[in-house]
Amino acid sequence: MMASKITEQEVKHVAELAKLEFPQDELEQFTTQLGSIIDMFEEIANEDTDGVEPMTNATDRVNALREDKAVKASKEETAALLKNAPDADDGYIRVPVIIDESEDGE
Amino acid sequence: MDFYETDLSQLHDDLVNKKISATELTKETFDHIKANDDQVKAFLTLDEEGAMKQARAVDEAGISADQLVAGIPLAVKDNILTKGLRTTAASKMLENFNPVYDATVVEKLKQAGYVNVGKTNLDEFAMGSSTENSAFFTTHNPWDLTRVPGGSSGGSAAAVAAGDVLGALGTDTGGSIRMPASFNGIVGMKPTYGRVSRWGIIAFGSSFDQVGWLTRSVKDNAYLTALIAGNDEHDTTSSLKAVPDWAAQLNDSTSIKGLKIAVPKEYYDGLRADVKEVIKAALDHLESLGATVDEVSLPHTHDGVPAYYILASSEASSNLQRYDGIRYGYRAPEAKNLEEVYVKSRSQGFGDEVKRRIMLGTFSLSAGFYDAYFNKAAKVRRLISDDFTKVFKDYDLIVGATGASTAFKIGAEIDDPKTMYMNDVLTVPVNMAGLPAMSLPAGFSAEDGMPVGLQLIGKPFDEQTIYNTGYVFEQTTDFHKKTPQLGGQN
Amino acid sequence: MNFQTTIGLEVHVELKTNSKIYSPSPVEYGDQPNANTNVIDWGYPGVLPTLNKGVVRDGIMAGLALHAQIARRMHFDRKNYFYPDNPKAYQITQSATPIAHDGWIEIEVDGKKKKIGIEEMHIEEDAGKNTHTSKYSYVDLNRQGTPLIEIVSKPDIASPEEAVAYLEALRQRIQFTGISDVKMEEGSMRVDTNISIRPIGSDKFGTKTEMKNINSFNYVRKALAFEEKRHQNVLLSGGQIAQETRRYDEPTGTTISMRSKEGADDYRYFPEPDLPPVEVSEDWIKEIEGEMPVMPGERRKHYVDDLGLSDYDAMVLTQTKEMSDFFEEAIKDGGDPKRVANYLMNDVNSYLNDQHVDLQDTKLTPANLAGMVKLIDDGTISSKMAKKVFKGILNGEEPQAYAKEHGLVQLSDPAQLQPIVDDVLANNQQSVDDYKNGKDRAVGYLMGQIMKQTHGKANPKIVTQLLMKSLQAM
Repeated sequence: MMASKITEQEVKHVAELAKLEFPQDELEQFTTQLGSIIDMFEEIANEDTDGVEPMTNATDRVNALREDKAVKASKEETAALLKNAPDADDGYIRVPVIIDESEDGE
Repeated sequence: MDFYETDLSQLHDDLVNKKISATELTKETFDHIKANDDQVKAFLTLDEEGAMKQARAVDEAGISADQLVAGIPLAVKDNILTKGLRTTAASKMLENFNPVYDATVVEKLKQAGYVNVGKTNLDEFAMGSSTENSAFFTTHNPWDLTRVPGGSSGGSAAAVAAGDVLGALGTDTGGSIRMPASFNGIVGMKPTYGRVSRWGIIAFGSSFDQVGWLTRSVKDNAYLTALIAGNDEHDTTSSLKAVPDWAAQLNDSTSIKGLKIAVPKEYYDGLRADVKEVIKAALDHLESLGATVDEVSLPHTHDGVPAYYILASSEASSNLQRYDGIRYGYRAPEAKNLEEVYVKSRSQGFGDEVKRRIMLGTFSLSAGFYDAYFNKAAKVRRLISDDFTKVFKDYDLIVGATGASTAFKIGAEIDDPKTMYMNDVLTVPVNMAGLPAMSLPAGFSAEDGMPVGLQLIGKPFDEQTIYNTGYVFEQTTDFHKKTPQLGGQN
Repeated sequence: MNFQTTIGLEVHVELKTNSKIYSPSPVEYGDQPNANTNVIDWGYPGVLPTLNKGVVRDGIMAGLALHAQIARRMHFDRKNYFYPDNPKAYQITQSATPIAHDGWIEIEVDGKKKKIGIEEMHIEEDAGKNTHTSKYSYVDLNRQGTPLIEIVSKPDIASPEEAVAYLEALRQRIQFTGISDVKMEEGSMRVDTNISIRPIGSDKFGTKTEMKNINSFNYVRKALAFEEKRHQNVLLSGGQIAQETRRYDEPTGTTISMRSKEGADDYRYFPEPDLPPVEVSEDWIKEIEGEMPVMPGERRKHYVDDLGLSDYDAMVLTQTKEMSDFFEEAIKDGGDPKRVANYLMNDVNSYLNDQHVDLQDTKLTPANLAGMVKLIDDGTISSKMAKKVFKGILNGEEPQAYAKEHGLVQLSDPAQLQPIVDDVLANNQQSVDDYKNGKDRAVGYLMGQIMKQTHGKANPKIVTQLLMKSLQAM
């Protein structure tokens, strides 16, 4: 049986993963709402799915592979991309300095 | 002008015979939109200048007999990228986003010479059933301005219902074309998953999203859908199957005699009484047209909503991580360090419903919960899909209601997400299985006078049977001829 | 108490395909920032990945080269995390169904051979690059989407020396498949390590510490050796190893704990819905098998057993596939194996080292090297002249034509040389007398005079023959 209801602490943790923040009053409201939706999610818990292969897409394709040919974007195209960036400098996208290198996923 | 008394081929003839020019048609279209959109609020962005330019180009180039949509004003849901024309997904996150490329569907329409009048409102990132989740404003149902147009393609549906355009592009992840079509008394088709390229569609639930049309007539829908369908090298989930000329099959000799229709009791039993009445009459009508109608069961239907909300939210939580304030879109101006760029940009840029889905999805995928939620739901998805496969062994078409009720009042459900989600109970199973399905006008509620939609669900890639049935139904009824009186009683 | 060490290695290898793994942008280095990027690499709204067939092919090739089982059906997964160089905030990788699994490679340490198991290998995309100033970080997405293979070892490695031997063998085998440059210094091979120790006989692994992105084999050895010792000291003094990521500090030769956020790593893997599954047919595997170059071990055996080279020479020549192929080609073109080997190992290698270039970047061809070696062997040029001819062939010159053009051909015709010998003898009676009186040194002087008259072009072997014959006849 799945654990019922989600705690405020869990909501906070999930928000951290999702890079979201909630002021305390919203956090309480969200916790209640999410709890009630997760209760609804649990309606499938009792469905017998032993030996059932999970279905994670609905495409009829297999082996949809692209030939290894390079296509370089035009200067105009990359310029347009940089123009959409909130902050860019000398061809780079710019962000406030990354302090914690240990977060690097690779 | 409004588009109530005409259709695609009629307008095309008028353009070819120079009864009207594309420029005049476009001008009249905008006159009509301007007269009613203050009340309906279907459009997030109107592009009169761009539309007139497209229309002039068509007039200059001339229209040949095979260019059915050349010079025809149409609208595009605002989660479909239009190069150089602001595309927002109805989110503050993309309020000033200027796409650098066109969605494949838009590119195809451009090649066909369409005139894009503008971008229609939706629930933010297509998450919702009412357009109340738009970051900018709520669209009103032209049949009753105090009611929602449904969602998420509510702007597209309202624009078509209000006579602004003959057709508008929508997207359908869990019912977002069919439900607003039902609420607005028009035709809305979600093609088979993979039928239409998703390149340039702002992703919500990647394994569910499909593009389709909301139109006044079945035949227009068949024609327009064929125009945007087909394999696209940019979308390797798009099918290689040939796209039939569905519209060519729709004529006086189209018949559904001997068609085997299955009616799932789950799609009937729980309907509100007034809706049930309309659906019952529609089923009787189909029978009178020569189809056989049997009751069947899709036993996992009730699992659809929870399983769908787990899976679609999980995919959405991942798809929406790219909105991080770094490469495009909203960046919180006061963010001082990287963490603040992420957290503040996302917390300010997304609305409540989007945050809710991101939270639900993140939770469903997180360590310790994946098996109980995401993976369990993916298994249930298989069961739901298998239910359909079994029924389609013996039947040609599944028919039921699109929604259990009619369009609800603005504000009635917005504070109760769970109830809001339950509106999708009859539409999400189709997306779970990737099937084609269409909603078309079946009549009006005796209770509130609002339109009721009939949902036709086909086998994978068998849009033809849906169109044939819809066409015959439409030609032998006159629900689609009724039009809303803006601001007045129906 | 005695301990046994368990080391695990995760190696990232960058593939040198034409285009990126999920986008057609070129895989190229040294370009302007973001020049090799498109909407897909930027993770734009509405974009979709398309899988590069070349990457799957290379992945299968790598799997075969490491004796692994190839997955017959696979899909891709999303690994979710936020970082500025990760534009979608998820990496498309393979988690549930890696392209290959259960492989092995053989290593040799102190004359002992050992098989190291490979748990799995999967294909995925590289991230972009961040550079930093004190106030800002700058994001360049050129590298974003470059195809990678990650190769994960089984916990079979028992010492830092074995770890390095494994990396050497792995690098070589991958290098020979031609799918990657596998250069640590250029980042086309990257190594993450984990190490734990446990009392000998214990069947429970100790607590692991990890180190990421160590940038040379030498540092891998030093870092692991330091960690091994540190673990021992901690355990022997009654302490406990903390499970953590540490960093190797090159200047001090120590490892340093990195601040880690507790519970931050939850990558929320799930199947990538935008890419259909891939099925690998038996035929495709056979086809790739057919394209597999001969691996270095087999080549070394051939060089020693059949061509008479030393073990050391064979080892040097098989450091890279390019060198090995070059050698074999030059042999095919008629070059003497030992002489070709000597040239490659000495003159050619020192040239490459001086110029910081790879063999394939030069204009040197196997045919020209073989040609030059043949000219030496048949006496057309002297070893001294060969030094000059070598400079010519480095510039792509044909050795025979070059030698002729630059007057580097030896005079070997006795009919031409005899008059000169006669002339020198006639003009150096004193030396002739010295020779007759048993002073062999005089021969050297006479040789020198002949060489002087021929501007050094006379073939010393022929001259010696002619000179001795004339002297003895006097």
